[in-house]
Amino acid sequence: MSTEYEIVIGLEVHAEMKTESKIFCCSSTEFGGDPNTHICPVCLGLPGVLPVTNKKVVEYAIKAGLALNCQIAEFSKFDRKNYYYPDLPKNYQISQYDLPLAEHGYLDIMLDDRHKRIGITRVHMEEDAGKLVHQGATMASAKYSLVDFNRTGVPLMEIVSEPDIRSPEEARLYLEKLKAILQYTDVSDCKMEEGSLRCDANISVRPVGQKEFGTRTELKNMNSFRALQKALEYEVERQIEVLEDGGRVIQETRTWDEAKGITLSMRSKEEAHDYRYFPDPDLVPMVISREWVEEIRGTLPELPDARKQRYMTEYGLPEYDAEVVTGSMELSDYFDEGLKHTGNAKALSNWVMGELLKYINASGQSVANPEFPIPAANLAELVELIDKGGISGKIAKDVFRDMQEKGARPGAIVETRGLKQISDEGAITAIVKEVLAKNPQSVEDFKNGKDRALGFLVGQVMKATRGQANPELVNRLLKEKMQ
Amino acid sequence: MRLNQLTAHELHEKLKKKEVSSVEITEAVYKRIDEVEEKVKAFVTLTRESALARAREIDERIARGEEIGTLEGIPVVIKDNMCTEGVLTTCSSKMLYNFKPPYNATVVDKLNEAGAVVVGKANMDEFAMGSSTENSRFFTTRNPWDLDRVPGGSSGGSAASVAADETVYALGSDTGGSIRQPASFCGVVGLKPTYGTVSRYGLVAFASSLDQIGSFAKDVTDCAVVYGTIAGHDPKDSTSADFEAPDYAKFLTGEVKGLKIGIPKEYFIEGTDPGVLALIQDAIKKFEDMGAVCEETSLPHAEYALPVYYLLATAEASSNLARYDGVRYGYRDESAEDIITMFRRTRSEGFGEEVKRRIMLGTYALSSGYYDAYYLKALKVRTLIKQDFDRAFEKFDIVISPTSPTPPFKFGERVDDPIQMYLSDVFTISVNLAGIPGISIPCGFVNGLPVGLQLMGRPFGESTLFRAAYAFEQNTGYYKVKPNL
Repeated sequence: MSTEYEIVIGLEVHAEMKTESKIFCCSSTEFGGDPNTHICPVCLGLPGVLPVTNKKVVEYAIKAGLALNCQIAEFSKFDRKNYYYPDLPKNYQISQYDLPLAEHGYLDIMLDDRHKRIGITRVHMEEDAGKLVHQGATMASAKYSLVDFNRTGVPLMEIVSEPDIRSPEEARLYLEKLKAILQYTDVSDCKMEEGSLRCDANISVRPVGQKEFGTRTELKNMNSFRALQKALEYEVERQIEVLEDGGRVIQETRTWDEAKGITLSMRSKEEAHDYRYFPDPDLVPMVISREWVEEIRGTLPELPDARKQRYMTEYGLPEYDAEVVTGSMELSDYFDEGLKHTGNAKALSNWVMGELLKYINASGQSVANPEFPIPAANLAELVELIDKGGISGKIAKDVFRDMQEKGARPGAIVETRGLKQISDEGAITAIVKEVLAKNPQSVEDFKNGKDRALGFLVGQVMKATRGQANPELVNRLLKEKMQ
Repeated sequence: MRLNQLTAHELHEKLKKKEVSSVEITEAVYKRIDEVEEKVKAFVTLTRESALARAREIDERIARGEEIGTLEGIPVVIKDNMCTEGVLTTCSSKMLYNFKPPYNATVVDKLNEAGAVVVGKANMDEFAMGSSTENSRFFTTRNPWDLDRVPGGSSGGSAASVAADETVYALGSDTGGSIRQPASFCGVVGLKPTYGTVSRYGLVAFASSLDQIGSFAKDVTDCAVVYGTIAGHDPKDSTSADFEAPDYAKFLTGEVKGLKIGIPKEYFIEGTDPGVLALIQDAIKKFEDMGAVCEETSLPHAEYALPVYYLLATAEASSNLARYDGVRYGYRDESAEDIITMFRRTRSEGFGEEVKRRIMLGTYALSSGYYDAYYLKALKVRTLIKQDFDRAFEKFDIVISPTSPTPPFKFGERVDDPIQMYLSDVFTISVNLAGIPGISIPCGFVNGLPVGLQLMGRPFGESTLFRAAYAFEQNTGYYKVKPNL
């Protein structure tokens, strides 16, 4: 009998903070720009320069810490993490070691119908490094390499989870929730494709029932939610296979190869750095007043879980719907905007979760984009049209397709295309009579108790009216005529 | 007296009365440099053209009848570890042999605003690591009192240039005694201010928590004027104190009646030159004659200052000096085929022996498994040393000691024995660890070699140091004696 294994995962997430200037100098944090245009002597680490902490960075990190239910330290400091790499101009990174800004937090994820709480060990601040551009495939094989220091000194938050995650899917859900919270809190853009949200994972497996953790590996280079889950799934299988073959998992850092769909060894524990952390003597320790923390707490927006609760209690949405709609702040804002134009929250959430998400995924568009072709008010108007009997659900899907033409309002589409529902009893009666005359067998079947025949007949009437007949009216009239 | 021999406050009076011009003063300084620099070798770089241009500007200002400050139009020398925009800043290291910063240190900006005329950049021990200036990668500076002897260090070039009248005053930096010890060796006044009162922005870091910029001058008055000019809060330095420098001139009263002076018994130890000890005893007597009250006190953790310093300073240095890797500026080994070899060769060749020794010591002290036993323990003892001073200053206004255990020593005497070299800072190091101010003033001669008296004060207590130092100076006059060059 084969052993059952338990998976243990902890995530280390780096999120760039969206401050205007860098963490220790006045240079711009703007993404892109020609190489080495957002730099100054301080972020270049030239001889004699000194760092000065950007207060906004501390504020944003406190805000994120509060949103993640952390305790904010009263006393915190910056430390130097020493290692040599050509993208690191001082050959040390200013980071936080033993006194991080925030600790002991958590976030909740929803797993099928269960809630699960994932602990957050700490949130700390640090500076980003620069970017190497190799004239060749790697630094080793390149003829030469160039360094772009635009990103050097961009403020980062490192958010470390407890090893509470038990599956690759949970890991993805955790990261999605974390991204949503950071976006709601407005401290980070969280664009994985631009590198403003990065995720490393520590993963191990152990036989179910064993108390000690198994030997872990650290995974890097997962650049999307999907990549995170795939890499972890691969690594679980790899580690179990090693153990099943009687081997030992080696403590090492591994990189995810997206193209090959495998993880590869980067360096072993023996090659691991001794970072020689020590308090940065150029920066004085921070004393963080409770008044300031409370002031920042007062600026926190409604967070995903609070919104979810609001949707459930105020609008009676099922928990599943509320979870999906609050999954990203932009979607949730969109939903809130729609609710200003319709009272039918459930119908609106159905459209958002169904047609709208399908369209977003297919088109790659963002609802937050001011150019987004379907403003929330238009979708709400569509819901209202259906509710007020203006059009049927089937026609509505048609109308939705036309709404993807920028800004086209559903009422206008229905008007110009003449899709308005036919609720004129006389007109429908005429068509019903025609259909009944053409389908005597179905009439016979219905009379013999075959309910399916009614459906067929309704369909024929709808077809004849190009879907515009009021379905309830069609039903009633058919039944009446067949009595 | 020639113009280059005068003090800033004396020259200022002459400028105001239009008896002399800034150009004349500056030319007198360069004439002296032309005469003696070959012997003294205090300068890494001379900035003759820009200095004279500056002097002409000041003269025009005076001609227009504008008010001028005390340092306006007066020549100054800057230690070569303070950044000067567009002017070589080498730290006397091969590593920065070609480095021209695109910015000024805050002190340089402040001197420029005050109208100072920068004569040149002074030689030093490489990256300020040393006590004799023998660790300069370029050449050795000589003591103007005896050319066979060291000027002290690490600010040896600054001290020697002032003693040799190649400038009116100079800036230095002091991490463990690098201003006070060379001031003592060269017979000039040297102040290491309270940590945080002078901005470190643009000072190439050796040990950030200990480094402090200060002044060398021919008398206490100049020293106080310069300090008043360069001190003050700087938003570019997070460790800079929220502090406005007062006008220190008003503390130079010449009297010390009732001043309480502590004499730490731990500083009067075996190994100190008997001639030096005798001069310090004379100085104590002098203070008593002037009405001060001198009593023995104790700084019980003094003996740990040296080891604590060599753990903390080297630990910080190992990190501060990591940036010199050949990637962006300064020296680079061009023969390497890969980045790791480039790093290694650049640093092996770019740094001298003492710098490498300290980087290795510091790296070791911070290493995993040793951190608690060395670095952390040293931090704790540093607190004890600071508390020793706090206790002493509950009772005393200042504490005095020799600046260095010996008069200037001969070249080569200590280079092969790092511990002997380190011991020449044994009386100055505690001041940096405690973050308090210390000043060295001339207090006599042993066999024709100058000896310094160290006065230590409360944090931000520079005014009391100036008051005591000025009274001593005016009642003794050692500062007026000039070396024969």
